[in-house]
Amino acid sequence: MTQLATEERVGPRRGLLHRLDVKGSPYLYIAPFFILFLGFGVFPLIFTAWVSLHEWSLLSEEHTWIGFGNYTKLFDDPAFWNALWNTVSIWVISTVPQLLLALVLAHILNQRLRGQTFWRMSALIPNITSVAAVAIIFSQLFGRDYGLFNWVLGLFGVDKIDWTANTWSSHVAVSTMIIWRWTGYNALIYLAAMQAVPKELYDSASLDGASSFQQLRKITVPAIRPTIIFTVIISTIGGMQVLAEPLLFGGNGLTGGSDRQFQTLALYLYEVAFGRFDFGYASASSWVMFLIIVVVAAINFGITSRLRRS
Amino acid sequence: MRRFTAVVPIAIAAMLATAACGSDDGDNQAADDGPVSLTVATFGEFGYKELYEEYMKLHPNVKITERITKTEDHHKNLAAHLATNTGAADIEALEEGWIGQFTAQPSKFVDLTEYGANDIKAQWPEWKWNVGSSKDGKVIGLGTDAGGMAMCYRTDLFQKAGLPTDRAEVSKLWPTWEQYIETGKKFEAAKVPGAHFFDGPTVMYRSILGQAPVGLYDGDNVVVDSNPDVKKAFDLSAQAVTSGLSARAEAWTPAWNAGFAKGTFATLACPSWMMAYIQTQAKDASGKWDIADVPGGGGNWGGSWLTVPKQGKHTKAAYELAKWLTAPEQEVKVFQKYGNFPSTVTLYDDPAIKDFVNPYFNNAPVGQIFSKSVTTMKPQYLGPKAGDINTQIINGLTRIEQGKQTPDQSWAQVLTDVKALL
Repeated sequence: MTQLATEERVGPRRGLLHRLDVKGSPYLYIAPFFILFLGFGVFPLIFTAWVSLHEWSLLSEEHTWIGFGNYTKLFDDPAFWNALWNTVSIWVISTVPQLLLALVLAHILNQRLRGQTFWRMSALIPNITSVAAVAIIFSQLFGRDYGLFNWVLGLFGVDKIDWTANTWSSHVAVSTMIIWRWTGYNALIYLAAMQAVPKELYDSASLDGASSFQQLRKITVPAIRPTIIFTVIISTIGGMQVLAEPLLFGGNGLTGGSDRQFQTLALYLYEVAFGRFDFGYASASSWVMFLIIVVVAAINFGITSRLRRS
Repeated sequence: MRRFTAVVPIAIAAMLATAACGSDDGDNQAADDGPVSLTVATFGEFGYKELYEEYMKLHPNVKITERITKTEDHHKNLAAHLATNTGAADIEALEEGWIGQFTAQPSKFVDLTEYGANDIKAQWPEWKWNVGSSKDGKVIGLGTDAGGMAMCYRTDLFQKAGLPTDRAEVSKLWPTWEQYIETGKKFEAAKVPGAHFFDGPTVMYRSILGQAPVGLYDGDNVVVDSNPDVKKAFDLSAQAVTSGLSARAEAWTPAWNAGFAKGTFATLACPSWMMAYIQTQAKDASGKWDIADVPGGGGNWGGSWLTVPKQGKHTKAAYELAKWLTAPEQEVKVFQKYGNFPSTVTLYDDPAIKDFVNPYFNNAPVGQIFSKSVTTMKPQYLGPKAGDINTQIINGLTRIEQGKQTPDQSWAQVLTDVKALL
């Protein structure tokens, strides 16, 4: 068989097979990813777009075509805009301190420390904790009557805060959970980037009498800018999709507080899809949410790459 | 009931769920002779474990697998399983707060009258049967438990406030909800340290609403804005809150659970499934709670049904099992062991129920209290969006409690929010 096959390969056909092998095989090797992506990424995306053009209840067999009806309804829906605003607010309150803290943390971890690996590993522990556990425990810490935070504040004479009741306090509480979970993760990404910065730069800066903070600002940050851009974009995408924290913080349902004061876009989507089983409307909101994320990420990319060039 | 309580109510749900009725002689002819494997999906505690064993002994060819999920997830998963025509169990339980969404789309379920469910119809009160049926008369669910309605109160706190503690005298304090609020004002005036009169507006609102003959829906129409009974339930709960009676423990949150354990509220309207919840949350408070009549007469909140999705392989055998599980004989067993109150009217004169007292609640005659409540209740149609609408109304009451709005402002927003749902 083998011999036969070899013999057959002689002649012009051999060249064809060879060319096919060279040109085609690479695509074959990367195909598994793209096939999976097609099935679990592209198809749902397109199908969601199709669903969003219908009156589509999860419980009903009939799906009525209504064109862009769901979208026009969405743009008139105060609950949607409220959720968008909450999402942006929580994203800012959580991402800005989180990335700054991560930078400082990474800078500290980048120094010579005893038990380096231990400190670096511990930075990741909040991230490997399940989000539900984090949200449940923090909800208790933020409890009005028996919560730890109110108890501590009480020691300083601050009145009990009803964390879930107000917009600002609920955003702070939800953001705290996000900061807790993601600071260490971002710190490790920064740390990895920092390791690539030539040590000589720091040595000569030290010789010139630059303080640690000056070194961070003048050497580290410029050197790891691409990584910072990466984390900003990743946290933007993550921040736009916050779901579990406000869901569990509310304790009582999908509306994110009595006045939807901490309902994020993802939570609103969840309420519509799995509270009301209105898949058409939920699909429309997820498409709008997708477009918003693309726009925000693009703006972010614009700003941060301008920073890089400057 | 409480579909709006998203996360915590798992436990509760458990209790609502119950077993029920139907005498069954005819099931031998029912089951196929070959081996049949049936899955029963419930939530919370239906109290069926021993019954499954018993049924498998009676029917050696049947193998039963149970699947228990949190209430919210159970119903969401079921909706997804029905939509995709795969994954549903052979018997799926439905809770009162959710069943309206499913009876509005009955095509996914077996019409149980095809298997002769009409023969056992007499076991249930008419309302229980109707809630399990679709508009066009398809019967998709057999009733398990019923919530009924009573008022639980802490005798120790009542004593401290100088109020009577005997359940007959306590019942006389509040024939109406207005008098209940007046009693609350007396309680607050006594300034019992660390305690308020009631937990918060959610349970009170649901209880008052559950007593009205017409609730959120009148037929197919949502009548929140025009039904005086809805406004009355809202106003009374708001009044109780603004009178300072509330412990501000939002129902089904950790703060609420802590409130049971610490005794931060003295009264709580309680459907039968709430008894089990109280006993779980306030384990050390045995003998401190007692049960009186609920203000405003009978009512209902909660209860479940067993359904047979069409996608099952052995729908006939599944029906036979559901029929057996909801039969009066089985329902009594569940009530005695787990406390889920049967929805089977034919049982209420049975001594096993009539004479049953609960030692945790000072030997309160719970069998009598809840039979009275369930037999005098006015059946109410819940409607497919009842859960979402109630969420908006309860959010409105919470806004008042949180001091964000006056009752009038809050009600105005409730009406807008409800309109947005429709």
